[in-house]
Amino acid sequence: MTYTFGLDTFGDRNSDADGTPLSHAQTIRNVVEQGVFAEQAGLDFFGIGEHHTDYFPMPAGDVALAAIAAQTERIRLGSAVTVLSSDDPVRVFQRYATLDAISGGRAEVILGRGSSIESFPLFGYDLADYEELFDEKATLFAELLKGGPVTWHGKTRAPLLNQDVVPHLESGPFPAWIGVGGNPQSVIRAARLGFSLALAIIGGPPARFAAYSELFRRALEKFGQPPRPVLVHSPGHVAATDERAKAEFWPRWRETIALVAEERGFAIPAEASFDRETGPDGALYVGSPETVADKIAANLRALGASRFDLKYGLPGLTHDQLMTAIELYGQQVVPRVRELLG
Amino acid sequence: MHSIRRLAVLGAGHVGPVIARLAIRAGYPVAIATSGDPEDIALITELVIPGAEPQWASDAVADADTVVLAMPLHRFPDVDPGLLTGKLVVDAMNYWPASDGVLEAFEASVRGGRGSSEVVARRLAGSAVVKALNHIGYHELEDRARPAGAPDRRAAGLAGDDRAAVAAVADLTDRIGYDPVRLGRLRAGRVLQPGGPVFGQVLTLPEFERAVHEDARSVR
Repeated sequence: MTYTFGLDTFGDRNSDADGTPLSHAQTIRNVVEQGVFAEQAGLDFFGIGEHHTDYFPMPAGDVALAAIAAQTERIRLGSAVTVLSSDDPVRVFQRYATLDAISGGRAEVILGRGSSIESFPLFGYDLADYEELFDEKATLFAELLKGGPVTWHGKTRAPLLNQDVVPHLESGPFPAWIGVGGNPQSVIRAARLGFSLALAIIGGPPARFAAYSELFRRALEKFGQPPRPVLVHSPGHVAATDERAKAEFWPRWRETIALVAEERGFAIPAEASFDRETGPDGALYVGSPETVADKIAANLRALGASRFDLKYGLPGLTHDQLMTAIELYGQQVVPRVRELLG
Repeated sequence: MHSIRRLAVLGAGHVGPVIARLAIRAGYPVAIATSGDPEDIALITELVIPGAEPQWASDAVADADTVVLAMPLHRFPDVDPGLLTGKLVVDAMNYWPASDGVLEAFEASVRGGRGSSEVVARRLAGSAVVKALNHIGYHELEDRARPAGAPDRRAAGLAGDDRAAVAAVADLTDRIGYDPVRLGRLRAGRVLQPGGPVFGQVLTLPEFERAVHEDARSVR
């Protein structure tokens, strides 16, 4: 199996060395620098997830990806994820088809919800309609990717009648994934519509997703689709030593969870739960290059996945800490994982 | 007391398969159903919930004495209350507007101080409704289950107005791997909801009891 390795960011708002938050604008410029550096560090993919909050000020990641595209030559660039339900699939297609043009065929999308919900009220959608919105829009997106005039009717946007949607793709459909967080019916949908499968594993033991890879493979067969890849997306942080990585990551993790817990009404986890998640059976990849590499290799193998995307960074980490993490991930973790997987 | 003999799990999304697997492992016969054709979840059942039987919802419920509601709460109005008459119903759903959006049918009641399961129970007047298995996240519920007596066993709360039904669901909770904590009448199940002291938490029995106790004091 050929393995590839990526980095994802949500535009996590950076701080300076004394803990003062940087502006949204500076954070966005730093993300562009980090994306360009990801290519230099040898990585295969750089993804930006759509978010609409003060601590993840990244609602238009495709614009940042275009800036990265202009300064790179090889690295693939995409969303991680695009909140398709609260967007117009035609516009999403056009933006990423434009990125594909700028980058010479390096665009990708991961479609899903992520854990982001802010876009629904912001754009006037009802979260209770989530399923219907996603199902219809993913179906339309799959049609758009095929190229050629599109005819489509649904409840969630205006119909299209033999519509030529531009820009035309230069070299066929770009890679498109559906992000799944644990609902097996979403796995079936990805297979049915001809998307690849992105497993977002952000808590609990990753191995429990092994059945989902098999479900995806069998569902592709059932729907007469060709084999398609599975990727794993999980959060983490790499530093020179385990101690250092945890010391940098844990306070920021706790702060971020506390923000979300306050918004959503659940209790803040204790450090013991962090230790579980950073251990061998948890979902967080926090540690030295050796520790993180061992865990990635074990889980790619267990899950039958061919790509791993590390969601790096957290609100409050510094640009320097992130650049170090990118360098260690690209130059030490990834080569070590390749070695382990033979 | 009722003794649970056969479960019907309604919902094959995030939560339903997890509860179904736990129940199968504990030795219960389990059917799983969605609002649609069982053929649509045949592959999911085979690979993700081995041992469960995919059925039409009406067949699954007819054959079972206990029905677990594990569908998104906004789909609950589609459930026919007549179908559930005489059944023990485990409400594992949550009203969680910050995550899933506002639902008219629940918003006013919950703002007025009632629990979402009280709204569910009012609609299912012919069933014995117990709120349970709703407050531990689906990504942890299976991983943290432990046999009785294990040193790292955790607790799970439940509440309901029918004492025999509560006893039966306490037994179910125990057998799938958690120390059952009976909170009292359905109304008391509000502490298990989003915003409550144990929602999203996986606590030992003493930790659970302390969290609920401290919350009661702060409310008083």
